[in-house]
Amino acid sequence: MTPRLAITGWGAVSPAGWGAEALVSAVRAGQPLPAEEMVRAPGAPTPLVRRVPKPAAPHSFSRDPRMRRTSPIATFAVASALEALGPERVAGIKDGTLRVGVIFSVFNGCVNFSRRFFSEVLADPRTASPLIFPETVFNAPASHLSSVLGSREVNYTLVGDSAQFLASLHTGADWLLAGGLDGVLVVTSEEIDWMSAEACALTDRLLVVSEGAAAVYLEPVETGGVTLAALPAPVRFTPRLPRAAAAAKLRSLLPAVPGAVLCDGLAGAAKSDRIESAAWADFTGPRFSARAILGEGLAAGAGWQCVLAAALVASGAAPAAVVSALGGNEHATGCVLGADAPAADDVAACERAAREGFALLDAAEALDRD
Amino acid sequence: MAALPPAPARHRVVITGAGLITSMGNGWGENVDGFREGRLAFREVTLFETAGQRVHRAGEVALPERLPATRLGRRRAARVDRATALVIHAAAEAAAQAGWDRLDLSAEEIPVVLGTSAGAMALGEAYYEQAVATPERHTGQVRRIEHYQIQTQALLAAESIGVAGPVTVITNACASGANAIGHAFEQIRSGRAARAFCGGYDALCRLVFAGFDSLQALSTGLPRPFDAHRDGLAIGEGAGVFLLESLEAAQERGAAILGEVTGYGAATDLHHLTQPHPQGDAALLSMTRACAMAGVGPGEIDYLNSHGTGTPLNDVAEAQAIRRWCEAAGEDPARLCVSSTKASIGHLLGGAGAVEAVICLMALRGGWLPPTTTVREMDPAVCFDLVRTPRDKDVRTVLTNSFGFGGANATLIMRRWPA
Repeated sequence: MTPRLAITGWGAVSPAGWGAEALVSAVRAGQPLPAEEMVRAPGAPTPLVRRVPKPAAPHSFSRDPRMRRTSPIATFAVASALEALGPERVAGIKDGTLRVGVIFSVFNGCVNFSRRFFSEVLADPRTASPLIFPETVFNAPASHLSSVLGSREVNYTLVGDSAQFLASLHTGADWLLAGGLDGVLVVTSEEIDWMSAEACALTDRLLVVSEGAAAVYLEPVETGGVTLAALPAPVRFTPRLPRAAAAAKLRSLLPAVPGAVLCDGLAGAAKSDRIESAAWADFTGPRFSARAILGEGLAAGAGWQCVLAAALVASGAAPAAVVSALGGNEHATGCVLGADAPAADDVAACERAAREGFALLDAAEALDRD
Repeated sequence: MAALPPAPARHRVVITGAGLITSMGNGWGENVDGFREGRLAFREVTLFETAGQRVHRAGEVALPERLPATRLGRRRAARVDRATALVIHAAAEAAAQAGWDRLDLSAEEIPVVLGTSAGAMALGEAYYEQAVATPERHTGQVRRIEHYQIQTQALLAAESIGVAGPVTVITNACASGANAIGHAFEQIRSGRAARAFCGGYDALCRLVFAGFDSLQALSTGLPRPFDAHRDGLAIGEGAGVFLLESLEAAQERGAAILGEVTGYGAATDLHHLTQPHPQGDAALLSMTRACAMAGVGPGEIDYLNSHGTGTPLNDVAEAQAIRRWCEAAGEDPARLCVSSTKASIGHLLGGAGAVEAVICLMALRGGWLPPTTTVREMDPAVCFDLVRTPRDKDVRTVLTNSFGFGGANATLIMRRWPA
């Protein structure tokens, strides 16, 4: 049996609620969730936002000492990660039988506490809170997550644009193929703050800013899970390969799979969506636009797309799902979930992978190492 | 299914370019002179207001007014912020040293892996101040938004030397720079890339300076790593860059090889968000992992560049980890040469691991050890040979530690390349 990389767990927090099921239901219903206008000060931009609803009951992890002072970004991250892992894997991590690396992806980060701390510094640095400052550091949510899980394995916080989640998935696949880890948890989380919401409004007034988290658990498996069938290296924007060309290149790198559903990154804002819409204009299959329903979740957005894709394939709603994420200024990323990985002797597929990505080729090489 | 078996190392990874800028100076030469002597490079902070804070000094860089020659257009170069300028200076030096400045690299997918902790935080501060003072005024805000984003800094740095591959920015607090070099090293070692542009940077900013002061982590005098009466660290700024290549790729183009990266280890300390495990558990794990990859033990390390911040908790935990690491291998820690270059330039946060890796390369190539000259009375936890005065030594293998907030621990091992 060929070892392959598969997503075997996923979780999400979004304006649709706590849990992947709420996300999938909301997106499949096709109606954008209600948004509210954020008004801070006269003359300031007034972005539309969609917030995560309050949880129905306190979280099991809320009494963990690490989680007492955290801002929403860490709470969202931990909730989605625990859902993706499930209690058995969490127990395995805690007792040391499961070695799990953590990759936390973020675009905006903990702006909430950074703003609060900086306002205290401007008012009087002598009274600025030493309790808040450590939470402003980009990797604080990832640190809390590893602590809650009890994992001493490698933990990276990767910052990028709104397509970063799939680039992080690529790094996670790299880690697994290097050997030594049983699985990799790829997580993303964002929170709403007036600074970042207004910043989004300044760049595109029609964007509805939102918050939440997504997590997937990636592992080498022989059977089960949702196959990570193709994962091209991120296509970076450069002066010679501007955003539109990068979007088209990404499309060309993602194999066409009959019957596949497209989980695109369209946010329902014409200016922001123009290039990705053009890149996928001739796609004739069914498509879902999670960001248009849930809001522009920044780094979390691509995570939601990935969770949606995995859930659709796992439920049998589609044989495969294509995920496309076009970041604002860094890269285009994407993947195909669900289509069967090629056999190790599928030379054409391996050659293609060698040129364009790595997932297929390295699955075959991993087999050789066995 | 269990983890896949460890992938074999397919390539040796060599350093063909190195660059740095610190408060000690701009470039290899000025920094060699300063670190070899153990000179101190601190001054009053001029970049922002420090009134009302306990500390007013830092390792502030005398940043040249102009960027070095780059492949950025004039308009883009004019918009570069301080943090990006630091990494561009280091990258330009490394590119010239490696001869990359004479190559057309645009067709090659060379990965870019940079580490930072705060990026262009000063732009975020300016954005906030304008948004609060004059909410209706948006002039300049969109540019601040764009350049505040960390990936923008990495993209500009990459474009400045004509590197077009995928960008990865690691923000693992004060281990970021070491993680970035380690990640790039793994890309080449595994055969996923033939070359990589990697390093770390951070620029001084008010939020972070005040943050460390609020924690009372800043020394009110000089940082004295491993001194019994140390009272904290000094903040610094700067950038360090490596250009890495597989040995085959470097030899194929006849590049001069400066050194070899042989090991990388990372681990997560779960003890506390800002405090290390008192016995240095995760530090021990990251050193052990790096040594296993490099195939060396403590007895073969000729110099250890410690994380050595000068804070009471860090230094004793790192000393414990070093002791345990040596004893586990049956080695006498007293024979191990250790120093902290943070005593000279301060703690460069996300840039620290990369700058200290470049300093280690200097030591490998020059045959000297950078001293920690601010120590007056050694902490009783010091079990190793703490280098306190300039010293010449035949250095073949070095290890550098970087530990950060959130428990991010990283270790790099490098080897001298025969002349």
